[in-house]
Amino acid sequence: MSTDALALTGVSCTFVSREAPGQRYTAVRDVTLTVGAGEFVSVVGPTGCGKSTLLNVAAGLLAPSSGRIEVFGKTLAGINTRAGYMFQGESLMPWRTALQNVRAGLEFRGVAAADATAQADDWLKRVGLGGFGDRYPHQLSGGMRKRVSLAQTLALDPDIILMDEPFSALDIQTRQLMENEVLALWASKRKAVLFITHDLDEAIAMSDRVVVLSAGPASHPIGEFTIDLARPRDVAEVKTAPRFVELHAAIWGVLREEVLEGYRQQLAA
Amino acid sequence: MWKLIQPNERNLRVWQLAVLLAVFGLWHALTTPGLVPPFLFENDLQAAFFFGEPLKIFGRIWAWFVTGADIYRHLAVTLLETALAFGIGTALGLGFGLWLALSPLAAAICDPYIKAANSMPRVILAPIFAVWFGLGVASKVALGVTLVFFIVFFNVYQGVKEVSPVVLANARMLGASRRQLLRHVYLPSATSWVFSSLHTSVGLAFVGAVVGEYLGSSQGVGYLILQAEGAFDINTVMAGILVLTAFALALDALVGMAEKRLMKWQPKAGETEKL
Repeated sequence: MSTDALALTGVSCTFVSREAPGQRYTAVRDVTLTVGAGEFVSVVGPTGCGKSTLLNVAAGLLAPSSGRIEVFGKTLAGINTRAGYMFQGESLMPWRTALQNVRAGLEFRGVAAADATAQADDWLKRVGLGGFGDRYPHQLSGGMRKRVSLAQTLALDPDIILMDEPFSALDIQTRQLMENEVLALWASKRKAVLFITHDLDEAIAMSDRVVVLSAGPASHPIGEFTIDLARPRDVAEVKTAPRFVELHAAIWGVLREEVLEGYRQQLAA
Repeated sequence: MWKLIQPNERNLRVWQLAVLLAVFGLWHALTTPGLVPPFLFENDLQAAFFFGEPLKIFGRIWAWFVTGADIYRHLAVTLLETALAFGIGTALGLGFGLWLALSPLAAAICDPYIKAANSMPRVILAPIFAVWFGLGVASKVALGVTLVFFIVFFNVYQGVKEVSPVVLANARMLGASRRQLLRHVYLPSATSWVFSSLHTSVGLAFVGAVVGEYLGSSQGVGYLILQAEGAFDINTVMAGILVLTAFALALDALVGMAEKRLMKWQPKAGETEKL
């Protein structure tokens, strides 16, 4: 167990409303989840099931109500410094150019200015934005901003990469391009990845393992599937493989009920 | 003919100038004794007495800047007071705004006092400042600071509160320490709010300086106006007002230039230059 890059044991998160302390909401209950070193794990679940909560816990941004988080065998306290986090929303600093954004993490960690610029420039080229270093985020398209975010996260060379529906805001073509790029980068570096998505296709196409969460509140893993598709994969092509269709049917069988349950709850609310 | 002079994008400046000339022309026609028969006053000298005469006003300004060259001393004092009030007020507002926004408990304790201090008509503090700091530059700066401080303070406070939580979390994940968060996230975010208020606050710094001078001083443009008013010299009062207006406009343009340089990361409405 101690060789796992990331291990969540019995993690529960209960939020208490500040205005009315009687109102409680348990987002996740008793979640046990591991990500091995170099493993690509996806978590899928219906909307509002606490996927992002789980990721924030793994990142150390949120302390769980109970449970333990271990990073490479060490109990996590505070920010998880071995992890890089790619957020769902706009996370770039709008007052910094693309290059300065990619450089930010290196700067914060005390890398010499010239060295940081060289590394950031190199990363921008790797995500295909070589000539756009002097652009401000508002001058870039949504897909380009995501690439900058990716470069920003990977420039720090984290051992664990946390991704929270990073491509959900992108159109389908850009999304497939980005997914393939991420897979290629991952294949060359072999980092542990915890990938959150609501898109089952995306989860199966990219991962080694898919974990299904139940509908909230108090969601918890209800199924775990090993994806034994050959690598390297192309996210568009792999969807036509017979094994992909089989896995999809099996996982959807588990997920379907939860999605409907989540939908019913939203209607009732 | 009308097609040529019809107001449009290109001859905007010409029309703006024409409006100015029309105002001064009308002013001249109505106040110069003997030009238009008196219809409001009993004799035609009264209009000139109450409203001044543009030609004499410009003569006064010309004398101040060119022939007499005696206004520079007063202008320098007023501008120095404005600059000091603006600088000190902005720095204090920035410091307090950041501090209170980042420590909610201190903000909660100070909240009623800040509200009280802000709703107080602060111009009334001028006589007290004159007693505390004398009739020199310091009392005017103090008045200007009280005016500028709150504008900047509230904007910084709001700016820090409105930092995107995602950007903040991202910076933390990238390894930013508390100091670095302040320097690289809170401060730039607050700056954009401060700049939107800077046009107001530079104007208020000017108001602080002039009102302070007007209430008691031995130099400055406000002092010149007070002296002229004591002698019922409306032309000089008007000349002083015109000079003040021109310099207020110049200060505002200066802020605009600084804003353009420092805030180039902000998207502007209608900016289509993407890629």
